[in-house]
Amino acid sequence: MSMREVGAVTGVGETQYMRGTERTPLSLQLEASLKAIEDAGLKPTDIDGVIPYGHGAVAEDFITNFGIADLRFSATTPMGGASAVASIQCAVAAIGAGICNHVLLSLGRTGYSGGRIGARVQQMPQFRLLAEFEMPSGAIAPAQLYAPMARRHMELYGTTSRQFAEIAVTTRRHASLNPNATMRNPITVEDHQSSRMISDPLRLLDCSLESDGGAAVVISAADRARDLRHRPIVVMGVAEGHPDSPSAITQRPDLTTLGLAKAAPKAFAMAGVTHGDIDVAEVYDCFTYIVLCQLEDLGFCKKGEGGGFVQDGRISLDGRLPVNTHGGLLSQAHMAGMNHIVELTRQLRGEAAAQVPEAEIGLVTGYGDMGDGALAIMRRT
Amino acid sequence: MSDYGKLLPQPTADTQPYWDGLKAHRLRLQRCADCGKVRHYPRPVCDACYSMRIEWIDASGGGHVHSWTTTHHPFHPGFRADLPYTLLTVDLDEGVRMNAQLRGLDVGQLRVGLPVHVDFEQATDEVTLPVFVPAR
Repeated sequence: MSMREVGAVTGVGETQYMRGTERTPLSLQLEASLKAIEDAGLKPTDIDGVIPYGHGAVAEDFITNFGIADLRFSATTPMGGASAVASIQCAVAAIGAGICNHVLLSLGRTGYSGGRIGARVQQMPQFRLLAEFEMPSGAIAPAQLYAPMARRHMELYGTTSRQFAEIAVTTRRHASLNPNATMRNPITVEDHQSSRMISDPLRLLDCSLESDGGAAVVISAADRARDLRHRPIVVMGVAEGHPDSPSAITQRPDLTTLGLAKAAPKAFAMAGVTHGDIDVAEVYDCFTYIVLCQLEDLGFCKKGEGGGFVQDGRISLDGRLPVNTHGGLLSQAHMAGMNHIVELTRQLRGEAAAQVPEAEIGLVTGYGDMGDGALAIMRRT
Repeated sequence: MSDYGKLLPQPTADTQPYWDGLKAHRLRLQRCADCGKVRHYPRPVCDACYSMRIEWIDASGGGHVHSWTTTHHPFHPGFRADLPYTLLTVDLDEGVRMNAQLRGLDVGQLRVGLPVHVDFEQATDEVTLPVFVPAR
């Protein structure tokens, strides 16, 4: 069974994104979910599959709050920031197998008001090796664990911090056009270069935000999607990929290659499109360097050429490959990439705040848990 | 011990010999007792031949810099007083890598391939941590 064009995004929803809230993650997650279901033109009881983001609401919460009488499918995809896009594969597989028709992907978090990232990762079972062998030396947070990947890339390929800055500046410019972005004041390369060092070579403006909010997406069976409120955004190709030495970056044969490198050829082949067909790309941006590395692993340029690729306006809204048109995790909000799926859907519907003209085909990536990757390629109908 | 505010390892039966080695100022690595592949971090199964028979070898302690980062932000209160500190990713002579803090070298002198050697610092009565110093 091929998963090509089996499922489609039919609804998307977001709360207001914030830096500071009294609300619970559950409340934010359910609000975003209700908005996505409403956007699809469905009732909450029409949802028959749920894939909540880990560390948040569980299937029971959706049954209890929505009165779902016959939930047929529930799963989680524990891949950190790759989870949301990997959930698309999971949803499409469940739909293709005939288990369910409308799968709700959702996330709610208080990353700003609740526990910060450095405290969260210590508790996660997939980081057991890190907790025992690296954290006692002071390697604790993702910024510290990813920084040596960026440093290695710079040393091998001559990549520069100013090239990272291109990503930060461009993403902020996109956020400035988005009413639901939390960081909307434009920044310059010089602002980036003078921002404080977090873990060399990553500066403050290389790092994503910690945010409060919720985001959700409804994936429906393609044959059910046509009768719903919006024109469906069809999933043409989707895949996940796990890097060698998935939890201990230290032991990875090549520090500069991510799990996405394994997923990308599969998703492109399934979709039957080439890189030149991609009109817009929402690329998981927990750190600027991770965007650069993924553009290489996606195949838009060769390994080592990402620094040059992101220069000269190529990834701007009016460039040849607009990237993170909503402002991403760097400047809109850190919703673990669920907001990237929301944005790609809006781009392909033609209703984005910062719209790429005539966007017909686009992609969205996820990246997380030290190197896991996922990719979905979608088209408008 | 009680005022040690940094993160500490919680060794298991699979990993205790590594920590015992550090306490005795020996860097010990797991080697597959069947196919001879050295692996790190310690774990139950050889990914080359799936053997669960393990032997522990003493590493030479030598290696070369693979990458690094200097941390300036306090991600954990216990490490605040150490800022900035530099973490090295090192290719050990045995073909595996490890992460540890740098001692005794200016960060500006770091480069890929720089030879380094392991050293040992006592953290608590129970735990000794590895660090890297420039090769002698």
